[in-house]
Amino acid sequence: MDDLKERAELLEKMLTIRAFDEKVDELYAEGALHGTAHFYVGQEAVAVGVISALREGDVITSTHRGHGHAIAFGLDVERMAAELLGKASGYCHGKGGSMHIADVGAGMLGANGIVGGSMGIACGAAWTFKRRGEERVAVCFFGDGAVQEGIFNEALNMAAIWKLPVAFMCENNQYAMSLSVKRGFSTERISDRAAGYGMPGKTVDGMELDEVHSAASEAVDLARGGGGPTLIEAVTYRYLGHSKSDANLYRTRDEISEWRARDPIGRFATQLEEEGSLQKDEWRGMEQAVKERVEEAFEKAAREPEPGPESALEDVYA
Amino acid sequence: MPREITYREAVREAMVQAMREDDSIFLMGEDVGVYGGAFGVSRGMVEEFGEERVVDSPLSEAGFVGLCIGAALMGMRPIAEIQFSDFITHSMDQLVNQAAKLRYMFGGEGRVPVVVRTPGGAGTGAAAQHSQSLEAWFVHVPGLKVVMPSTPYDAKGLLRASLDDPNPVIFYEHKLLYNRKGDAPEEPYRVPIGEAAVSREGEDVTLVAAGLVHRYALEAAGSLADEGIEAEVVDLRTLSPMDHEAVARSVRQTGKLVVVEEDVKTAGWGAEVVARIVEGESFYDLDRAPARVAGADVPIPYNKKLEAFVRPSPEKVVEAVRSLLDARIGVYS
Repeated sequence: MDDLKERAELLEKMLTIRAFDEKVDELYAEGALHGTAHFYVGQEAVAVGVISALREGDVITSTHRGHGHAIAFGLDVERMAAELLGKASGYCHGKGGSMHIADVGAGMLGANGIVGGSMGIACGAAWTFKRRGEERVAVCFFGDGAVQEGIFNEALNMAAIWKLPVAFMCENNQYAMSLSVKRGFSTERISDRAAGYGMPGKTVDGMELDEVHSAASEAVDLARGGGGPTLIEAVTYRYLGHSKSDANLYRTRDEISEWRARDPIGRFATQLEEEGSLQKDEWRGMEQAVKERVEEAFEKAAREPEPGPESALEDVYA
Repeated sequence: MPREITYREAVREAMVQAMREDDSIFLMGEDVGVYGGAFGVSRGMVEEFGEERVVDSPLSEAGFVGLCIGAALMGMRPIAEIQFSDFITHSMDQLVNQAAKLRYMFGGEGRVPVVVRTPGGAGTGAAAQHSQSLEAWFVHVPGLKVVMPSTPYDAKGLLRASLDDPNPVIFYEHKLLYNRKGDAPEEPYRVPIGEAAVSREGEDVTLVAAGLVHRYALEAAGSLADEGIEAEVVDLRTLSPMDHEAVARSVRQTGKLVVVEEDVKTAGWGAEVVARIVEGESFYDLDRAPARVAGADVPIPYNKKLEAFVRPSPEKVVEAVRSLLDARIGVYS
């Protein structure tokens, strides 16, 4: 990650994720979007830090809060926008919406509306790579809430006993909807659980891109080299509500402000300025450009046609 | 000269032959390796294919079914064995929310060609958590196919067809069928998914069944023949997609329909068979109200007499047919 251009691109990815989800939030407020969506705002350093550690051929599984993973993985914001608007040109042709954006061919094995729902799938992808002798890795994103689900135990155990090339990437954003980690766990660190499965576990500052990237690189290298899985806990925070209908009754404004003061984008931008890869406030221009691109994507997507109603009956079976 | 094998051997032979031809097929489940599976279905397979392809899983039905789904999405052809079909409850999220829906939710991208084999049914004295027939649940989930063969021939051919199918298939075996013998050729063959078979011809009444209780229907038909009643028996073989056309064709001849199913009566798959006949043109072919011989709406009890009391039996089928033919009730014409 010494390449200056590459580092600026990472910042741009984070800015794109933020602009996208802030736009989505705005569209819900206007009543221009139906259904629901879960915002990644505040967690950008995790998706970008981890996915920048991957190679061509690696795959990810995502969550209900998946826009950030999709954008970081390189999915096209216009097709994502189209999907949120339910358009035929969307990634799922209007059948999936926010919670099911996927590009299986590219290796983005899907957002998932079930908490913990993709943990088995990630193990299956990793199992396939191992069976075929391919040096590919699966990264399984999930939140602190998924750690409370039963499949967390099953997936980590299987991955550990079979030394599957998978990295478990827990985004501890402090809340499973409204349940704080303080109320949902009797232990301090989620990464401590790794010891129970005989795999390395590490907690990193999820608001610090380089720290996330370095832990992810280590985990991915270990997996690729046949060393099996790692559990990484990135301590992070979602600035916006759980979903569009959240009144934030379970936390304080002060708490939100405290986390916002540690913003991963601002921190990384300052760092790039200090490193000399960006001029002072150059990133503000990037931010503006990215916002315009996201605006355009939604405007263009809005003009796309809706799918024909009868398409609802297609694709149930292959 | 036809060759006789057991139902267990038929299932195994289908897996072995398919695995010899296709390296992407593997079997994963609890005790499927050296132990040979709780019912001995995979005995000898790990010796031929190794632990890489006949994989002893930890006791993690959600986890290993999920793993199989992920592997299928990446182009493998996994076979997951759920030791008792009751334990499939652990993997419901994986089957209902993941396997059945990924392709649809992704707008037609991706395939999940996973086969989940599992023995269902009662009659073994194993009580309420090792005896259920929960197959109707999966019939209710678009995106899944549900297969329930009753003979060694169909078990072998339908499993092979399931392994060719690009969709998730729940493959119901039955503990009381494993030792049953029947003709099945040694060379590989396929029985198409979604096609029922008429296993006995008759013109007085149509018996529709699947799985173990298809044998009960055949036995009942034998007894009824002694009384001069000729029952036609339709073996559904696949529950989803359901071949109601085959049922309708038979009802056109007989005018009478009795469904024989092992699952509990309320919202069982037999209700779907009846509904498809009475809501269509074939309603006018009926000259009696349809009837169902099904499990009682209770958990399976342990005591053998209690268990027999709540399960379908050939005698109960005979009784149901006699009642149906009794001119005093359910006569429409």
